[in-house]
Amino acid sequence: MLASAENNLSARLEVPKTPLGVILSRLVATVLLVAILLFSIEGAEIRFGDLWENRGNMLEYGSGFLKPDFLDWPDYLQEMIITLQIAVWGTFLAIMGAIPFGLICSANISPSWVRQPVRRLMDLLRSVNEMVFAMLFIAAVGLGPFAGVLALSLHTLGTLSKLFSEAVEAIDPQPVEGIRATGAMPIEEITYGIIPQVIPLWISYSLYRFEANVRSASVIGMVGAGGIGMLLWDAIRSFDYAKTTAIILVIVVVVSVLDFASSRVRRLYI
Amino acid sequence: MPVSVEEIQTPPSYPNKSIDQLPAAEIISLWKTFGDLQALKEINVSFQSGEMVGLIGTSGSGKSTLLRHISGLIASDARPECQIKVWGQVVQSGGQICSDVRKIRAEIGFIFQQFNLVERMSLLKNVLVGRLAKIPGYRSLFHLFTQSEKMEAMQALDRVGLASHATQRASTLSGGQRQRAAIARTLQQQAKIILADEPIASLDPESARLVMKTLGELSQQDGITIVVSLHQISFAIRFCPRIVALKSGEIVFDGPSEDLSVEQLSWIYDSGSEDDFEAIRPKLEKW
Repeated sequence: MLASAENNLSARLEVPKTPLGVILSRLVATVLLVAILLFSIEGAEIRFGDLWENRGNMLEYGSGFLKPDFLDWPDYLQEMIITLQIAVWGTFLAIMGAIPFGLICSANISPSWVRQPVRRLMDLLRSVNEMVFAMLFIAAVGLGPFAGVLALSLHTLGTLSKLFSEAVEAIDPQPVEGIRATGAMPIEEITYGIIPQVIPLWISYSLYRFEANVRSASVIGMVGAGGIGMLLWDAIRSFDYAKTTAIILVIVVVVSVLDFASSRVRRLYI
Repeated sequence: MPVSVEEIQTPPSYPNKSIDQLPAAEIISLWKTFGDLQALKEINVSFQSGEMVGLIGTSGSGKSTLLRHISGLIASDARPECQIKVWGQVVQSGGQICSDVRKIRAEIGFIFQQFNLVERMSLLKNVLVGRLAKIPGYRSLFHLFTQSEKMEAMQALDRVGLASHATQRASTLSGGQRQRAAIARTLQQQAKIILADEPIASLDPESARLVMKTLGELSQQDGITIVVSLHQISFAIRFCPRIVALKSGEIVFDGPSEDLSVEQLSWIYDSGSEDDFEAIRPKLEKW
């Protein structure tokens, strides 16, 4: 009985076939991807065989990192705190800037003639690496953490403005219309209608960028912008692999703790 | 569109207003075109102070468009004769929304089908939003409301039966509760006219009844003008003494709800059969 009903259904219904156009477009996309990868082999000097051939060198070099030297741990800790402080201020300044710039970059808030130039400026900030900014600011304010703060904040401003504006563009417009209908001003539409909708995403993006900035702050120290990066660079240059390992471990532990803490904070808001 | 006889009760009497009384809203020769679609065709209608008017018509007949024009949320076609006034103040004229429309909007409560509350904000804050246009900018910017404003918001919530939910986020409430919170927002606004755009379209019958009852009380007890667009004919007849029917952007009926016949309803709704409205025939014939 059931089987015959199923047979009748099979006779009546037909599984839709994938259109030829879709199959062809998938094929073209796959061929294109493979072609790009092949084209890039020579330029990127992809030689996986070398990894195997020179494995002895790698093991010898790597063995130097196996015994971390924590003798100067108070210095590492002190510089790590400075690195965190650089990241805190770099991220804070970036957030303060990204709130207005993120709103200005949003297509549902600003007219094109305002939005486009600001977006291009943010593209510029985002595309220039923190290291380049750090060297620029060292020339301006001298060696030290403040140059690092400025470098991080500018690069992060470009990134957060883009992320913030994308969140604003994805809001539900109905609550904003509800607020507009009460006779509210545009700034009130933003503070009551838009910000409450985007705040979880903004917090999430800001926390993510803070984590990223702790890592970046460790690196920009290498060009003299303060923090644990300066110690790391000194250890690497003097081939002191034991100290290098210890410093890297300090960075890894702090970043992991931050990652855990920020994921807890994120959960509170989403 | 079948309706049950039980839902229909005698509506309040059709208001007899003096001719010289200032209309709550006055729409003069309103035209609106969206691309190739003629959404509104020479609408001339006015709503008197304290009356409750039901706007009926099929989807796309122009009900929402008309209400949004009154609030100045959209501009009419640029025809010099088009004009909309609320309490004598020009909201828009000749396709131009007036520069101080926000001041007029502050007097107009607008209730949306999808509530349009801010989901992540508490009910209290959502209601306080109704006062934004009347407080200094620095206070609104930093969410600084006085104790008396908060107390008024609590009273508004209490009036719609939601005082105990004041601290809850809007997202945690049912559709009916959210819609009543939207009504509380208009109370906090101290609106003299409320435009409700299909406020019960997404509600269950009991929530819908509660929302319509609240609107009816606001009209009868507080003298607030209510213009409500509805798909439920039974609710329109039950709660609105006056019905304005739109069909393809034109007003095809404007009068006391008891003058509306089953045949007219069937024509307004392009219904192939008058059976859809048979359930309300006894009530209409009684009038």
